[in-house]
Amino acid sequence: MFVVFTWLASWLVYDLAGFDPATRLGQALHFFVEDVSKILFLLVVMIYLVSWLRASLQVERVRGFLAGRSRAGGYTLASMFGAITPFCSCSSIPVFLGFSAAGIPVGFTMAFLLTSPLINEVAVVMLLSLLGWKFTLIYILAGMAVGILGGFLLDLIHAERWLQSFAAKALQQASAQTATADDGEAEAISWRDRHEFARDETRDIFSRVWKWVLIGVGLGAALHGFVPDGWIQQHLGSGQWWSVPAAVLLGIPLYSNATGVIPVMESLIQNGLPVGTTLAFCMSTVAASFPEFILLKQVMQWRLLALLFVLLLVAFTLLGWLFNALMPLM
Amino acid sequence: MKNIEVLGSGCTKCNKTFEAIETQAKQQGAEIEIHKNTSPEALLTYGVMRTPAVVVDGKLVHSGSIPHTADIAEWLK
Repeated sequence: MFVVFTWLASWLVYDLAGFDPATRLGQALHFFVEDVSKILFLLVVMIYLVSWLRASLQVERVRGFLAGRSRAGGYTLASMFGAITPFCSCSSIPVFLGFSAAGIPVGFTMAFLLTSPLINEVAVVMLLSLLGWKFTLIYILAGMAVGILGGFLLDLIHAERWLQSFAAKALQQASAQTATADDGEAEAISWRDRHEFARDETRDIFSRVWKWVLIGVGLGAALHGFVPDGWIQQHLGSGQWWSVPAAVLLGIPLYSNATGVIPVMESLIQNGLPVGTTLAFCMSTVAASFPEFILLKQVMQWRLLALLFVLLLVAFTLLGWLFNALMPLM
Repeated sequence: MKNIEVLGSGCTKCNKTFEAIETQAKQQGAEIEIHKNTSPEALLTYGVMRTPAVVVDGKLVHSGSIPHTADIAEWLK
């Protein structure tokens, strides 16, 4: 089905623009046009579909679903909602406070907030079109595992002790009242509303991510062309245990969203970087970012922020090692 | 004279909302007092979970997106 985009790229680059398919530049351009057109097309279709489906699922409803849940199912459910609701870093504070004010444990809230930037329809489209469904599935499971376990650990150590006082007070007051699960009566939503919501979302998300697709695919293509064959495998292969934590540390200052970093992942994997190392690098770039942490400072004390940061770094490193060890067996 | 607050942590959408209301007010000749409120406490007070949110005379009228011009015009009447 995707072969259309190969034709399109051949026609544009070789026939219309007259580049020679035998040259490196011609091939790089072809690769760029094919990937960009394919991804942008899939993005529009997928964002529209997913937005259409979730038009009636607002954070207020998610809160209704999560309030009063038992611990066992709560983390998984919160992480799942995090995966399907869209994420914008400016909404993390209102969501955190809104959840807390409904008496939802910090662990559930963080399971939601940690999973949300890692998994979204844009990331899934990129992964599917560049790295295939197997890798996509692994990525989704790994992302949810980070959210679920992270949330669980934060509750285990009573992270609510280290919230800013007004947030802690809101949580306490709400927990004192018996929270009950409320399956959140959906407001009736017409087909027309759905379409308008989906159209606005598609326009909004697309206008934010298209340039990242260009940058990401461009970087991927450049890496492809300029890193000598075998160099990565030789120097950063799975034999070097330290390459995973190094990849995680390198990912922190490189703040990007999933859109920009996934084409780079593809290129790294094709150049021989082990899957676990690549996964660790990608997650660290997407989820552990300074701007995000500075925002969270409004509701958390430094101690909790630092803890969360270390937790994420350890989690990504462990995941990286795990997949490096497992992949050769698969 | 209406008192309008735009709640949100200062993201692009919040700024755009602020500007949209200012522009519309000028166009309508409505007298308003508008300011941004970035404090997280305000979000709790009004129970807002999606920003930008708009509060007119102490009442929450909108949250979660840049409001449509027609809605703004309605609030300013």
